[in-house]
Amino acid sequence: MGGTGRAVSAEGLGKRYGETAALDGFDLTVPEGTVCGLLGPNGAGKTTAVRILATLLRPDGGRAEVAGFDVASRPAEVRASIGLVGQHAAVDEVLSGKQNLEMFGRLYHLSPGRARRRADELLARFELAGTGNKPAKQYSGGMRRRLDLAASLILEPAVLFLDEPTTGLDPRSRNEVWEAVRSLVDGGTSVLLTTQYLDEADQLAGQIAVLDRGRVVANGTPDRLKSLIGAERIDVVVHHAGEISTAVAVIGRISGNDPELDVDNRRISAPVRDRVAALTDVVRALHDAGIEAEDIALRRPTLDEVFLRLTGHRAGRPAEEVAT
Amino acid sequence: MTTSVLPQTATDRLRWAVADGWTVTRRDLAHWVRQPGPVIFSLLFSVMIVLMFGYLFGGAMAMPGRAGGGQASGDYREFLMPGMFVMTMLFGVGETVSAVTADARKGVTDRFRAMPMAPSAVVVGRGTADMLNAILVLLVMIACGFAVGWRAHGGVPETVLAFVLVLLLRFALIWIGIYLGLIIKGEEGVTMVQTLEFPLGFLSSAFVAPSTMPGWLGAVAEWNPLSSTILATRELFGNPGWGGDSWITQHALLMAIVWPLLLVAIFFPLAVRRYAALGR
Ligand SMILES: Nc1ncnc2c1ncn2[C@@H]1O[C@H](COP(=O)(O)OP(=O)(O)OP(=O)(O)O)[C@@H](O)[C@H]1O
Ligand SMILES: [Mg+2]
Repeated sequence: MGGTGRAVSAEGLGKRYGETAALDGFDLTVPEGTVCGLLGPNGAGKTTAVRILATLLRPDGGRAEVAGFDVASRPAEVRASIGLVGQHAAVDEVLSGKQNLEMFGRLYHLSPGRARRRADELLARFELAGTGNKPAKQYSGGMRRRLDLAASLILEPAVLFLDEPTTGLDPRSRNEVWEAVRSLVDGGTSVLLTTQYLDEADQLAGQIAVLDRGRVVANGTPDRLKSLIGAERIDVVVHHAGEISTAVAVIGRISGNDPELDVDNRRISAPVRDRVAALTDVVRALHDAGIEAEDIALRRPTLDEVFLRLTGHRAGRPAEEVAT
Repeated sequence: MTTSVLPQTATDRLRWAVADGWTVTRRDLAHWVRQPGPVIFSLLFSVMIVLMFGYLFGGAMAMPGRAGGGQASGDYREFLMPGMFVMTMLFGVGETVSAVTADARKGVTDRFRAMPMAPSAVVVGRGTADMLNAILVLLVMIACGFAVGWRAHGGVPETVLAFVLVLLLRFALIWIGIYLGLIIKGEEGVTMVQTLEFPLGFLSSAFVAPSTMPGWLGAVAEWNPLSSTILATRELFGNPGWGGDSWITQHALLMAIVWPLLLVAIFFPLAVRRYAALGR
């Protein structure tokens, strides 16, 4: 690495497609050896950001360094330092897994023997050794993803980009990808991963950047982001739908904030400051109002709520729908 | 970490370009070995056209330079084969386009572009593999020609030159194919290119002599770059149906070299520019 201590640093990146600003003043720093989760809904600009950082796309404005090299002026050095797992598995579907890895190994300029050994190592590590001569076309989605990941790790890159690495995977394959990412980070690789899954960012990333309409709207540790919207929340589920409005009034008065409402599940949720006092207050006030609570619980806010608070709309929903 | 060492000198870079280009070529060749269906199908298709035109329509085809229209259909097959050699080169365009778009669609092109390999390798590898494929196709067509009674009547140098001209045309068509492959996005576009190959072939001297077409259509057919290669190779093979009154038909040999070079001069830079513009 260039010795800057930063795996990724981007300043004011911009990219327009006609009227759409895919990226609009994108700033991000990922320290060496850490995992950064780039969290955003469809169309937020996650793929655009990753493609610019991986030298696949030229930005209209701003600058970025990856592994200490400028993406615009030193693309070859950047490419030699990164691994990229794109949003869609990019492997040769006609070739077998082994042929794929050997070919990519040769293109990374390993000798034929080393390329073969490296392919075998990676196939074993990602539990693809038993696939034999089968073309990658016949792999399951999870196997193809793992092959894609293996192909990105041939050189043990200093910086790894993962664009929605677990979208469309079953829980088991998802855990396998997570495990692979964790063991890479233990080996010193820095990771920038994009995701729409809040729990994924929470699970893997030490730092989360929330992306909305091409701009990072919040950045910090998962805990810091959660604390941005109040330390703790109280959740109350009432028995009867008719009791909701009274309960909302009661809880709102104690919390001092407008509660959020999930009518279908008859769930009312609000931030509280003094957790124990708030809990007893709510229990007593509900009892006085004659409301029977099915469930009352204190909990940390989810990243979904962080996202809603920060961007004004829910994650996983396009920005335009809510903007109107 | 096993970070790769980048080439420092021009010699290193050239070595990388050759090695990487060859790796990509081998990958494209491996496709044909692992998935021979499409290649075999396209060969059978070409053979079928030879049989169809040679035996089914051949008797009804008007050929130039034979008064009274009483020519045997054996002559038509002599006339047809140079046209078919060139047609199979044209069919190769569809295959180039299809391979290039498939790589772009599957993200393989992007993976190559994000790797520290020689940027030229993707395009050079594709071109080399397609040239090797063209040689194979040509060999099969020569065998097919022999089977239906076609012969090269010229000397060895003329015959070799004729085949070199056919491959030169394929070389030019590769760059058209790569360029089209880089602008076309979906599979419908590939189908369109493949569909257009036939009218382009019919509008040449491949199947019938342009002199038998209505005036302006005949002129278009004569100026079709395919026609120059077809006429030149007919002349070199000593097959019937070459020569003519117009300038372009009288200079077929010259134009069989000029046309491909002109196409390369246009489409090679376009393809390279288009490849570089993928990052925009
Ligand atoms: N090649 C393109 N041409 C036109 N518009 C584009 C192009 N690529 C992206 N966009 C637009 O830029 C915006 C950001 O796209 P991007 O793919 O970066 O989002 P994303 O966060 O990766 O979304 P997703 O979660 O759906 O993958 C979107 O509005 C998209 O429509
Ligand atoms: Mg995306």
